[in-house]
Amino acid sequence: MDLLEYQGKQLFARHDIPVPEGRHARTVDDAVAAAKEIGFPCVIKAQVKIGGRGKAGGIKVAENEDEAREHASAILGMDIRGFTVHELWVEGASQIAAEYYASIIFDRSAKQPLVMLSTRGGMDIEAVAEEDPDAIATLHIDPLLGFQDFHGRRLAFEAGVDGDVVRPIGAFLGRLYGTFVSEEAMLVEVNPLIVTPERDVRALDAKVTLDDNALLRHPDNAQLRDPSAEDPQEQMAKERGLTYVKLDGDIGILGNGAGLVMSTLDVVAQYGGSPANFLDAGGGSKAEAITSAVEVILSNPNVKAVLFNIFGGITRCDEVARGLVEAFDQIKPTVPFVVRLDGTNDVEGRKILADAALPNVHTAATMNEAAEKVVELAR
Amino acid sequence: MSVLVDRDTRLCVSGITGREGTFHAMNNKRYGTQVVSGVTPGKGGQDVEGVPVFDTFHAAVESTGANTAMVFVPPRFAADSILEAADAGIQTIIAITEGIPAHDELRVYNHLVQAYGPSPPRLIGPNCPGVLSPGKANVGIIPAAFFKEGNVGVVSRSGTLTYQIGNEIAQRGFGNSSIVGIGGDPVPGSSFIDIIALFQDDPETELIVMAGEIGGSAEEEAAAYIGEHVSKPVVAYIAGFTAPPGKTMGHAGAIVSGSQGTAAAKAEALEAQGVRVGRTPTQVAEIAVEILEG
Repeated sequence: MDLLEYQGKQLFARHDIPVPEGRHARTVDDAVAAAKEIGFPCVIKAQVKIGGRGKAGGIKVAENEDEAREHASAILGMDIRGFTVHELWVEGASQIAAEYYASIIFDRSAKQPLVMLSTRGGMDIEAVAEEDPDAIATLHIDPLLGFQDFHGRRLAFEAGVDGDVVRPIGAFLGRLYGTFVSEEAMLVEVNPLIVTPERDVRALDAKVTLDDNALLRHPDNAQLRDPSAEDPQEQMAKERGLTYVKLDGDIGILGNGAGLVMSTLDVVAQYGGSPANFLDAGGGSKAEAITSAVEVILSNPNVKAVLFNIFGGITRCDEVARGLVEAFDQIKPTVPFVVRLDGTNDVEGRKILADAALPNVHTAATMNEAAEKVVELAR
Repeated sequence: MSVLVDRDTRLCVSGITGREGTFHAMNNKRYGTQVVSGVTPGKGGQDVEGVPVFDTFHAAVESTGANTAMVFVPPRFAADSILEAADAGIQTIIAITEGIPAHDELRVYNHLVQAYGPSPPRLIGPNCPGVLSPGKANVGIIPAAFFKEGNVGVVSRSGTLTYQIGNEIAQRGFGNSSIVGIGGDPVPGSSFIDIIALFQDDPETELIVMAGEIGGSAEEEAAAYIGEHVSKPVVAYIAGFTAPPGKTMGHAGAIVSGSQGTAAAKAEALEAQGVRVGRTPTQVAEIAVEILEG
């Protein structure tokens, strides 16, 4: 789960990581009130889960109440690379003497957290990594040992931060690591990490990705999920315990198992089709889950045909067939379906479909044949 | 021969008294796997259809000589169960559980690597379908009926995709030495490299099929390893060519981030090392058969 900047900063504050004082606002009036409370100059920042906010005009400095009102009105409702701005963060403007970059990522390859520090903050770190990899100091941390003071010193010296802030930067990284571990994050990134003219160190931005599998242990964080910001179909699927990702095309896809569904999308594309979604009905799906999944797929108005690709292991093909029959009963779909059933109880499943003689439901013996057929039907 | 599980496997199932645990433990037993014991804290002394249940892995190992563990407990208890099995001296731990927190997996992995010297216990999974050596033993949830004994070793990040590819190979008259699901999580206990190395050393395995997917760099690392160390032919499949960046495709590990982890980059890395990459599961089976009949 990705957090908004202000949610990340609130998380940082709980772990004693210095952040500028700020207020959250959903309306122009709230934003103006927040600005007056904080004092001028202040910064009005769009809260969306996408980079490039500054360039898009989503971050503005307000010198007075009129400007705060003007900027808040302009930014609320603004579209930033496909994300509509529903929330603002208003914070005191910071004086900046130096801009650094700090992050901790869950390095799957090394199977250890990787801490990165650079004095080239405020810019696109991937561009820095490409142009001048030596400008980024990196260090893997043994998760059983944890972050030690010397790790912080080493990173600070190797990155070449100003001598007088080596210790504060090291301490900052230690707290960032503490946040990463105790909140069970997959990523924490601070860009820029600033040094003020008073030589204070603070996080001017916060990018945090939390591990969805760990949210059970963090009820406070679990509440940060904002269903209103999600795609309505994806939200509906989540409520029904299905793994659904909406795509741009017109062929609805249902399969069991993430790998097989991804493979199905690829095969459909190879036959010239364009999938409307990824939907993994999961292992051992019962008929009700299948019915529910059909409803989710068809709630996307772009869908012109649907492909079922099932290889039953713990999933039973007869359950899938029953679910489809039930879906036809309840929803009465008008688009054609192509169904490929193999694996556990496939004979029974095919018989159920044959007996039901559902309108506009075609069967296919193989995955390739099914893909070819559904692409034709969607034309 | 085969890898990881065979007729000498003596399996202890953690979570054997749960609904799923019982179902699959009994399925494995019917297949012929020696299911010697189970562990459920507080239910020691009971039995599940004749299989004795113990409170701890230590007691199960002592009483029944278990050498392999299957972990079937809910995600929040799974890391603890894996660590307990390792502490009790179990050498092969197969974790089926899906949804284990990533930081738990990180701790488990680093502990196993650090605490047990040169030959640490081997962890397969988590979030995997298990290991099947046709005709010998099945540990996990792979539907064994679709596979038969043979010379193709299969290693995969995805369960159902493995069934799809394995079945297409079986339909063309070939079988498998072992089928190993390494799982779709960010920190799998065993990588493609670990399993490919086992297949390379297994005299029965003539050809290796690896089924990867988008996300991470495990396939690229495997490609480099194959180029250096593997003399047997390898055929690969990568799922997710059409997956959009930034969206997690079902598996926690399957996400394309920036320019990293794309299917195209993985296929290219493998092909550069002489691995033939099929563009569909059917094509993978066709290439495999072509090589086997060659």
